[in-house]
Amino acid sequence: MAEVLVLVDHVDGEVKKVTTELLTAARRIGEPAAVWVGDGAEKGKAALAEFGAEKVYVAPAELNDYVVAPTAELLAKLAQDQGAAAVLVSATNSNKEIAGRAAVKLGSGVLTDVVDVTADVVTEHSIFGGATVTHGRVKAGVPVVAIRPNSVVPEAVSGAAAEESVSLDISDAAKGAKVVERVVVEQGERPELTEAAVVVSGGRGVGEGRFGVVEELADSLGAAVGASRAVVDSGWYPNQFQVGQTGKTVSPNLYVALGISGAIQHRAGMQTAKNIIAVNKDPEAPIFELADFGVVGDLHSVTPQLTEEINKRK
Amino acid sequence: MNIVVLVKQVPDTATERKLNEEDNTLDRAASDGVINELDEYAVEEALQLKEKHGGEVTVLTMGPDKAKDTIRKALSMGADKALWVKDEALHGSDALQTAYTLSKALGSIEYDVVVLGSESTDARTGVLGAALAEYLGAPQLTLAGKVDVDGSAIKVQRQTDYGHDVVEAQLPAVVSVVEKINEPRYPSFKLIMQAKKKPMEEKTAADLGIEADKIGLANATTETVDFAAAPPRAAGTIVKDEGDGGSKAADFLAEKKFV
Ligand SMILES: Cc1cc2nc3c(=O)[nH]c(=O)nc-3n(C[C@H](O)[C@H](O)[C@H](O)COP(=O)(O)OP(=O)(O)OC[C@H]3O[C@@H](n4cnc5c(N)ncnc54)[C@H](O)[C@@H]3O)c2cc1C
Ligand SMILES: Nc1ncnc2c1ncn2[C@@H]1O[C@H](COP(=O)(O)O)[C@@H](O)[C@H]1O
Repeated sequence: MAEVLVLVDHVDGEVKKVTTELLTAARRIGEPAAVWVGDGAEKGKAALAEFGAEKVYVAPAELNDYVVAPTAELLAKLAQDQGAAAVLVSATNSNKEIAGRAAVKLGSGVLTDVVDVTADVVTEHSIFGGATVTHGRVKAGVPVVAIRPNSVVPEAVSGAAAEESVSLDISDAAKGAKVVERVVVEQGERPELTEAAVVVSGGRGVGEGRFGVVEELADSLGAAVGASRAVVDSGWYPNQFQVGQTGKTVSPNLYVALGISGAIQHRAGMQTAKNIIAVNKDPEAPIFELADFGVVGDLHSVTPQLTEEINKRK
Repeated sequence: MNIVVLVKQVPDTATERKLNEEDNTLDRAASDGVINELDEYAVEEALQLKEKHGGEVTVLTMGPDKAKDTIRKALSMGADKALWVKDEALHGSDALQTAYTLSKALGSIEYDVVVLGSESTDARTGVLGAALAEYLGAPQLTLAGKVDVDGSAIKVQRQTDYGHDVVEAQLPAVVSVVEKINEPRYPSFKLIMQAKKKPMEEKTAADLGIEADKIGLANATTETVDFAAAPPRAAGTIVKDEGDGGSKAADFLAEKKFV
């Protein structure tokens, strides 16, 4: 069976959930082979084995000293050498860029923001802010596919996870953009936004300096906190928490929108959530068109009551 | 400094967007065409670079007849001239073919910095800047929230999932910008009038030495197999808060086994 390369997302040796989802999807297509860039593979290998990785290719951390191009070279080289059936990455901004460059190198094609994939690598997409569902495929060569987190239900099955170190002579062109500093904003204890099973987001209706009400509800549910662009633009909450077209795309089991109107650009980032709750004082707010459960009212009275009820019922 | 800004015409997000029944491509006739909102930030950044470092701003677009309005819009914001790749044969080109075509167009002019948006609101692939850098063999400085040029050196803050990276390169380089970077200006009446007289050069694929088998729907690297309207979400339960809205929401969560 042909190998399916899966680019591993990890933080200090901790494998992200999305990688277990990609390994699960890869098993439909062929034999999953994880591609690990950087340190920590020793520690992360167990998680990869648990989700069926037969191989783990480990490449040096030096690849991350430059913007995406070296990792694209690595994936293209491995795909060629191994005659891979497909290359799968998570649909983060950086990984989409890696996917694009790898596809150019392979002379194949790239499909991004995929929400499902079949054994024949036919992909499903949700476009136009969720209004239309399309299916796509790469016409020739090794398909390179970027899959949204929380799109595939991870299923454990054991794999050999045989480690194989790979070296790469990074081309001069790929060394053009050098990363000279990495600034990491404290994540805190909450789950990562794109990976979280539950996301609680606040919009302009929350008001300046009043995000505590959003955070308290999030914590009662073990959820990640998100924000609309209006909130981020006003400087009420940091940039990397923005949900929407130009922020992050989330597909949690539950999305709670507090004081968010539901503009199309916001919906583009959350409409694939399985359950949606909205609290808004305007009964005409478009977010209610999506909501499975909506409360028309002041979020500053509804939300604390909800948080208290959840904490009581635990 | 020679600055090139890439702009794309997209269907207005506020209208109902459609695909063509015949070939599953974007139905450009169905909606009003507007400049991709994120490209306004790219134009603004290009103009700010010119204001700081001198030189010229060239608008580059690939698109059909309708795209003229979008070129005009960029010119009326203050860009100096335009290069328009226009060819029936380009219909149905996908993101990689578009990147290839734009790389060939860039090969026909002088440039130090290419500025583009981080994503288009219709295709939303977010791969164009990366693929373009790959074709050009130029440094990829994408997702920039801040750009500084000093002589032949360029430095950007690249927005990442965890914060940002500081990235350095030598010109020429490809820079995509995120919407946090600036506040796009409104065209003044005077500039709108001037824009009508600014040079707009049209080129076909053949003019740029692009092989016919590299572009268009028939040679696309990907295809849309089918499409359908998303199944409507089942109508939800909407209640008015009468002092018990929070506990009703908690009941819903309990029913769905979230608590
Ligand atoms: C190119 C582009 C990209 C964009 N990308 C994004 C994106 O990634 N993410 C994003 O979110 N937006 C994005 N936007 C912006 C989007 O169009 C909206 O402007 C934005 O989502 C509005 O945020 P909001 O819902 O918080 O604010 P508003 O639209 O102002 O809505 C606030 C809501 O709060 C309600 N409210 C007020 N007070 C209360 C209260 N006490 N209790 C309950 N409800 C209350 C109001 O009724 C209202 O519905 C983008 C726009 C463009 C042009
Ligand atoms: N046909 C085009 N002509 C010029 N620029 C384009 C074209 N398509 C995309 N771009 C640029 O590439 C950016 C990203 O587009 P995309 O990768 O399609 O999401 C856009 O914001 C534009 O700046």
